[in-house]
Amino acid sequence: MEKTLPQATDAVNRLIQEFSKLPGVGPKSAQRLTYYMLRASVEQTQALADALLSLKQKTQLCSCCFNITDTDVCQICRNPQRNPALVLIVEQPQDILALEHMGIYKGRYHVLHGAISPTEGVGSGDIRLKELIARLSGGGITEVIIGTNPTVEGETTAMYLKRLITPLGLRITRLARGLPFGTELEYADDVTLSRAIEGRQEF
Amino acid sequence: MTKPRTYQTPAIVIKKTKLGEADRILTFYTPELGKIQGVAKAVRKPKSKLSGHLEMLSYSLVTLARGKNIDTVIGSQTLKPFLAIKNDLDLLSCALYITEMVNQFTPPETEDPQIFNLLAFTLEQLPEAADRELLLRYFELHLLRQAGYRPELEKCVMCRKTLETVTNSFAPSAGGMLCPSCQRLGRHYGYLLSPDGLGVMRFIQGGDWESISVVPVDCSTIAEIERLIRSYIRHLLEKEIKSALWLDSLKLESSQSGKV
Ligand SMILES: [Zn+2]
Ligand SMILES: [Zn+2]
Repeated sequence: MEKTLPQATDAVNRLIQEFSKLPGVGPKSAQRLTYYMLRASVEQTQALADALLSLKQKTQLCSCCFNITDTDVCQICRNPQRNPALVLIVEQPQDILALEHMGIYKGRYHVLHGAISPTEGVGSGDIRLKELIARLSGGGITEVIIGTNPTVEGETTAMYLKRLITPLGLRITRLARGLPFGTELEYADDVTLSRAIEGRQEF
Repeated sequence: MTKPRTYQTPAIVIKKTKLGEADRILTFYTPELGKIQGVAKAVRKPKSKLSGHLEMLSYSLVTLARGKNIDTVIGSQTLKPFLAIKNDLDLLSCALYITEMVNQFTPPETEDPQIFNLLAFTLEQLPEAADRELLLRYFELHLLRQAGYRPELEKCVMCRKTLETVTNSFAPSAGGMLCPSCQRLGRHYGYLLSPDGLGVMRFIQGGDWESISVVPVDCSTIAEIERLIRSYIRHLLEKEIKSALWLDSLKLESSQSGKV
């Protein structure tokens, strides 16, 4: 920031700086949040600080699926009701939240923590791929569902996964990449449309 | 000069950066405006009507509205979907390399229709090319020329004498070839280049794809040229092209699994 406020103290500037590092927070929002915190009660400030700290101290990655969890292994991997032979691969822990929200899927997951992005220098060694292959090679799994995003990075990752997993002889499926619910046919792009046709199901 | 509030242009997306919750900043290469940027709002949400038209490598007709700091994408329609590229890992990886190269070698908002044509042409040819590596070398040498970094391949860059049919050297820091006696002076680091390799490099640099693509070139010669061009690019940019490293790792893995 070029302009520092005349009355801003070091403590204020420090918090503004920390807020600005967050995704989607610009200098203006960082300032707004900081001045909001200045007016907040001690209790509220303490609660926020505690919540932030315990996020780091009380969570870990599940040693099996790399989901975020407070127990190892995570609740999904521990649940005997869920089919251990089925593994759905996602990019981010947030994707699991979205899928679990629907409550239809009864298998397990694997979180890659990213996607291969050649132009950003993110390669196969930078996401949790080795762990996935080790898990799949360990036996007991019959099908993997690739649930990476329908973006260039997600597609690169999906095609690379297919190349890696094919020699293991497992069934590989991809989340249907048809028209997103609520879109109109006329606005759909060609890639989406062609895949919607390819992936069509009996009706 | 007053600019119109909104404008429309064919454009190929060569870079995207996340912005905030669901927006993206897109870098386009266009025929008449060169490299431009625009913000696409809410494009990461599945319900966005723009998203499919504004992914990396999209070749679309985009409409932008002028903004104070950055223009906003308000419409987009796919002109060429490049489906064959997007459904193949190797093709997609090559295409990303091509876009990264264009982004690295072009200044913002400088018109260069030839670079646009080269970009669009290379992407179109990619699935069809019998020799994909040869096409990539063609793209690299022609992009370098257009960007003002045409390597000197006819004469020695130091003594200006025409090169003889012997093993000369390619010196990235000198911007071209060195004859054996100038190379011996040791002022530039040079890579030995066989007369065959030099001949092919000149042929690619001087010709159009129609005539180059029909000539079979030994893959070890192409690999030799690739190494030189790569070191020249590294010298010019003072860094690696990131997607080139990914292409390397794919090539290495497929050679290890016995696939060519
Ligand atoms: Zn787990
Ligand atoms: Zn010389």
